[in-house]
Amino acid sequence: MGARGAKVVTVTSGKGGVGKTTTTANLGIALAQLGKKVVVIDADVGLRNLDIVMGLENRIVYDLVDIIEGRCNLRQAMIKHKQFPDLFLIPAAQTRDKTAVSPADMIQITDKLRPEFDFIIVDSPAGIERGFRNAVAPADEVLIVTNPEVSAVRDADRIIGLLEAYQKGPGKLILNRVKADMIRKGEMLSADDVTDILAIKIVGIVPEDEQVIPASNSGIPVTLNENSRAGLAFRNIARRLCGEDVPFMPLNEGGGFFQKIARLFTGGQSE
Amino acid sequence: MGDRRMLEQTFAIKGIKEGLLIALSPTEEWQQITAALAARIDQQSSFFAGARITVDVGERPVPKYELSSLKALLERRGLTLWAVLSDSDTTIDAAQALDLKTSTANTIPGREGADGSEFNPEEDGTPGVMIRRTLRSGRTVHSAGHVVVYGDVNPGAEIIAAGDIIIWGKLRGNVHAGADGDESAVVCALDMTPNQLRIAGYITTSPPDKRRKPRPEVASIRNNQMIVETWQN
Repeated sequence: MGARGAKVVTVTSGKGGVGKTTTTANLGIALAQLGKKVVVIDADVGLRNLDIVMGLENRIVYDLVDIIEGRCNLRQAMIKHKQFPDLFLIPAAQTRDKTAVSPADMIQITDKLRPEFDFIIVDSPAGIERGFRNAVAPADEVLIVTNPEVSAVRDADRIIGLLEAYQKGPGKLILNRVKADMIRKGEMLSADDVTDILAIKIVGIVPEDEQVIPASNSGIPVTLNENSRAGLAFRNIARRLCGEDVPFMPLNEGGGFFQKIARLFTGGQSE
Repeated sequence: MGDRRMLEQTFAIKGIKEGLLIALSPTEEWQQITAALAARIDQQSSFFAGARITVDVGERPVPKYELSSLKALLERRGLTLWAVLSDSDTTIDAAQALDLKTSTANTIPGREGADGSEFNPEEDGTPGVMIRRTLRSGRTVHSAGHVVVYGDVNPGAEIIAAGDIIIWGKLRGNVHAGADGDESAVVCALDMTPNQLRIAGYITTSPPDKRRKPRPEVASIRNNQMIVETWQN
C-alpha cells in the first residue's frame, strides 16, 4: 500500500441488476479472507442492499448520511462483520436520497479511513447521475461490472466514457453471469465480443452459479462457499486486486473455451 | 441517442457553415452561462480548437463590457468570436463597437472561391476536427467541417458533420455526414457497421450479417442512392 494507505475501489456498472452489490460483498469477504483490512461502503443511498447481502442488516444503528450530517462519528457507523473482525460495512441511509451525499463527502470519508485500511470498496448505485458521481469521486480504481448482453455492455461503455471524462478511467472489467454453454451455442456474447467493444482490461469472469442468489438471501456471500465456482471467481479477483497474477479459470470442464480466453489476455489490448 | 438531458441547458452548440453557433439561454444568469461555457470548452478542447464562434444571445441585452469579456474568454482558449446574433439593439451596438459581425447568413462566401479566379497552387484546406480516441456510448460530436476519428465509434456514440466523416477504426455508432445537405459528403471506416448512417437526407442501416471480415469501406451518394463499397485507391 502506498503512503495514502488504503486503495479505494469503486464497483459500478451503469445498468442495474448486473451484480454490483454481489460483487462488492464478495470482494469484501474475499479480501478479508486474504488477511486484508477492508471497509465496504454502500453508496446507494435510498436503496440500501449491501447490508442484506452481507448479513448485517439487523446491526445497523447509524449510516453514511448520519456520518455526513454529524449525528455520529465514523467509527460508530462502521459495522464489524460477524466472521472477519477486520471487515467493516458502512451502510447507506434508506430514508434519504442521493442528494444527501456529495462527491466531496465521499472523498472526505475515505480519506479518514485510508490510514487504517488496505481496501475501501464502494458499491455504486446504478445510473450515471449523482449517486454514480458520489461513488466514483474517491476511487483509485474502478471496477465495471457487466453481463454478457448487449444492453449491459452498452451501459458499461457509457460508464467507461464518463470515467475517462472524470479522469478515473478506463477502469477494469468484471464479466458476471457468464454461461459457457450459451456462448458455445452463439446465444451469448463471449468475453472476446465484450472486450472487442469495450477495449479495457478484464479482471474477472464470473460464471453463472445458482448458489449466488440463496447465498445473497441468507447474508452469507458465495465466496464463503468453497464449492461454488462463482465464489472461486470472486476469490481470484480479490487476489488480482492484491497484485497477484492469477490465471483465469476455465469456464467449464471442457477446456476448449479456456484457450480462447487465454488468447484474449495475451493478445488483448486496452486503449 | 445521447442523453441530452445530461447537458447543462445554459447553452446549445451547433455547427454552421461559418464555424460553431453557440446559442445562449436567454433566461439563465450571464455569469453562469459563461462559466459553464468555459468549462465545456476546457473539457472538450479538441472539439473547439481554433473554432470560429458565432454567439446567439436572443433577446438578452448584453453590454459591451460583458461582450468583450466573453470575447476575451474565448480568445484565451484559442477561439475567435466572429459574430453575435441578437434581437436586442444594446447587444448589436456592443457587438458593432467590438468590430464583430451581427449576422451570418450569406455574409461570406462558402467554401468555393469565386469562379474564374487565378489558379492558386496552395490549397486552403477545409476545417475539420481530429479526435484521437474511441468515442464511447453517449458521446456526441458536432462539426461544421469534417470529422476524423483515430479510434472506434461505439454503438450509442454519434457524429454529426457538415462535411465528411473518416473513421480510422470501427464504425458502430450513428453518423451523419453532409448534415447541412451536402450530398457530395462521404463516410469512410476501416470496419463499416454503423447502427445508422446518414449522408445529407439519405439514411441507411447495416445489414445484420454478423461474422463478416472487416474491410475498409466508403459510403457516398450516387444517382440519388446511398452506395457503400469497398475502398480501393
